[in-house]
Amino acid sequence: MSGDWPYHLREHRGTLLALAGFVVMFTIYVANHPVGLNANVATTAANKGVLLAIVAMAQTLVVLTAGIDLSVGMVLVLANCLASSIVVGTPLMTALGVVGVLLVGCLCGAINGLIVIYGRLQPIVTTIATGAVYYGAALALRRVPGGDVNASLADALTGQLPGGVPASLVLLLALVLIVWLPFRRSAIGRAAYALGSSEVAAYMSGVPIRRAKLVAYTLSGLLASVAGLFVTFITYSGEASAANGSTYTLYSIAAVVLGGVSLFGGSGSAVGAIFGALMFRTIGDLLFVFNLDPLWQPLFQGVVLAAAVCLGSVRLLQVRNRLDLYG
Amino acid sequence: MGETDRPRSASGVPPGDWKAHAAPWGAAGGPAEPDPRRLLGRAARVRQHVDPAIASAFGCILVLLLLGSLYSSSFLSPEYLLQQLKVASFLGVIATGAMIVILLGQIDLSVPWVVAVGGMMATAATGWGPVGVALAIPVGVGCGVALGLVSGVGVAFLRIPSMIVTLAVNAVAQGLMVVHTGGFSPQDASSPAMRFIATGHSLFGIPNALLVWAAVGTGAVFLLTRTTFGRVVYAIGNRERAAYLSGARTRAVVMAAFAISGGLSAFGGVLLAGYASKAAQAMGDPYLLPAIAAVVLGGTSILGGRGNYLGTVAGVILITLLQSILSVMQIEEFGRHVIYGIVIIGMLLLYGRGRRHMD
Repeated sequence: MSGDWPYHLREHRGTLLALAGFVVMFTIYVANHPVGLNANVATTAANKGVLLAIVAMAQTLVVLTAGIDLSVGMVLVLANCLASSIVVGTPLMTALGVVGVLLVGCLCGAINGLIVIYGRLQPIVTTIATGAVYYGAALALRRVPGGDVNASLADALTGQLPGGVPASLVLLLALVLIVWLPFRRSAIGRAAYALGSSEVAAYMSGVPIRRAKLVAYTLSGLLASVAGLFVTFITYSGEASAANGSTYTLYSIAAVVLGGVSLFGGSGSAVGAIFGALMFRTIGDLLFVFNLDPLWQPLFQGVVLAAAVCLGSVRLLQVRNRLDLYG
Repeated sequence: MGETDRPRSASGVPPGDWKAHAAPWGAAGGPAEPDPRRLLGRAARVRQHVDPAIASAFGCILVLLLLGSLYSSSFLSPEYLLQQLKVASFLGVIATGAMIVILLGQIDLSVPWVVAVGGMMATAATGWGPVGVALAIPVGVGCGVALGLVSGVGVAFLRIPSMIVTLAVNAVAQGLMVVHTGGFSPQDASSPAMRFIATGHSLFGIPNALLVWAAVGTGAVFLLTRTTFGRVVYAIGNRERAAYLSGARTRAVVMAAFAISGGLSAFGGVLLAGYASKAAQAMGDPYLLPAIAAVVLGGTSILGGRGNYLGTVAGVILITLLQSILSVMQIEEFGRHVIYGIVIIGMLLLYGRGRRHMD
C-alpha cells in the first residue's frame, strides 16, 4: 500500500491542483476584501459557489462516461420553475414538493440516458435536443417569473449554522457523502470509469455499461434538480430563462475542466469539479474586491478561463513521441 | 485493428474509406454522354451515393410543406418560400462554418458571440466615416477570422479539446463586446451595403441573402470536394493520426478550418445586422443550437469524417421551415421548444443511430 503513493498522487493530481488553485484564489479574494472574512461574506460566497459546484458534479458524472450533458442547465431551470410552484405550504407539502422536484430531475436524466443508450445517439446532440424540451416544459410552468418557496426551508439552507458555518457547504458535503462517494465506490461507478476509458474494452470485459450509463445520467439529472431547488431557495422565485440555463451549462463544463476531469472520459472526480467550480466563482468575484469597473468582469473571466485551459497543455512538454499528440 | 479508442458509432465508415464518402456532389458530375448504357450506369451510381439521411431530410421538408399547406394554402406560394429561403440563408452561412469544423470531429461553441462580434464590429466600423462604411463588411468578417484563428491555435497546437477552447473564446468575445459597447458606445446601425446584401432583391426577385448563401455554399462544396484542404478535413475527421502520418499538414488545416468557421459565423452576424438594420449583444444566441442541429440532421456525423454539404442545406431549410410553421400555427413558445426538441430526436432516431457493439 505504501508503495502506491506515486500512483495515487497521479490519479488525484487534477483534484489536488484544483484544490490548490481554489485556495490561492480564495486567499487573494479574502485578503483584498474590504470587510475581510466574516460569516456573512463566507455565506454569500458559499451560496454562489455551492450552486455551481452542484451543477459541476452533475456534469462530471456524465463526462466520466465520455459523454457530455448540455441539458444540465435546462434541467436546473425546469427544477427551479417546478420548485417555485410546489415547494410551498405545510412542512409535509414542502417535503412532498422537494421529492417531486427530485423525481422530475431523475426522470430528465433518465430520459437522456435512455436515448443515448438505446437510441444510440451521440450525447451532445441528444442533450441539446432534450434541453430544448425541458426548457419548453419550464416555460409552460412559468411563463412569467414569479412563484414562491417555503421561506423557512430556504432560509435554513442558504443561511448559517450555529457557529457561522454556511449551511450550503454542509449541503454540498452531504451530496458528496450521499451521492458521489457511494457511486464512486460501487461496481456501477467503476463501470462508469471503465466505459469512459474505453467503451469497447469495457463491453468486451462484460462490464454492465448500459446500467452504468443510465445510473450516471440519472444521478446527473438528480443533482441538476438539487441545484434548481437551491436556485429557488436563493431567489425565492422561479424563472424560465434560457440564458440562465445555457450559462450554467457552459460554466459547468468550465468547472469540470478546471477541476481536472478529462472531457474524454474515464478520469477525474466530482470532488475536483467542486473545487474547479469554487475556483471559477472566486475568479469571477476577484474583480469586485479589486474595485475595477464591472464592465471588465466578463472579459476578465473569459481571459482567466482561456489561460486556465491553456495551462492544461503543459502536458505537451512531456510528450516524447509526436504521434501521441494525435488521437 | 482498425478500432479507435472511442467507438466511431455514428460514422459506419471503416477508417481509411473516406474517399468513397468524400464526394458529395461529385457523383453526378462529369461530361454529359448520350450513350444510354452510360446514363444507366450513372443513375445507379447516383442512387448509390444518395445518402439516406439527406433523402430523409428532404422528405421531411416535403412533409412539413404538405402539413403547412393543409393549414394554409399560402405555405406553397413562391413569396412564402422565397421568404423562408431568405431567412434560412443566415442560418445557412453560419451552419456552413459549423459543418467544416464538425467534419474535423471538433465542434465550435463560440458561434453565439462570434456572430455578435461580426455584426457589432461591422456596424461600429460604419461609424468611422466613409472609409469605415466601405470596410464595414471586411472588418466584421476579419474579426471573426481572428477569433477563429485563436480557437484554431488552441486546438491544433495546444491540443485542447475544441469544446473548451471555443467556450473560452466565446467568453473572451463576450467580454470584449461588453467592454466595447460600454466603454466606447459604438454605432450600432448597419451600413447600406450590409442592408443591401441582407434584405435587397436582385434579378427575378431572388433575395440577395439567398445569393450570398449560394455563393458561400458553392465555395464550401468546392473547398471540401475539389481541394487538398477538403480531403484532409475528411481525413482528419476519420483518423487524425493517419492523416498526419500520410504527410498532411493537419495543424494548418485545423487552424484554417476554425478560421473559416469564425469568419462565416461573423459573416452571418454581418448579414443579421443588415437584416435587422442594427447589431445587438445577444443577437447570436439563437444560432448555436440550430446550426449544430442543421448540420447533424443533414447526415454529417458529429464524430467527424463523414458528411455532405447538400445535407446541411437540407438541414438548414428543415429547421427554418419547422420554426416558421410552428410560429405561424401560433403554437405557444413553450410548445415550440418541446416540438423542436422532439422532432430533432425523432429524426435522428430514424437515421442517425450509431452501431451496436457487436458489429
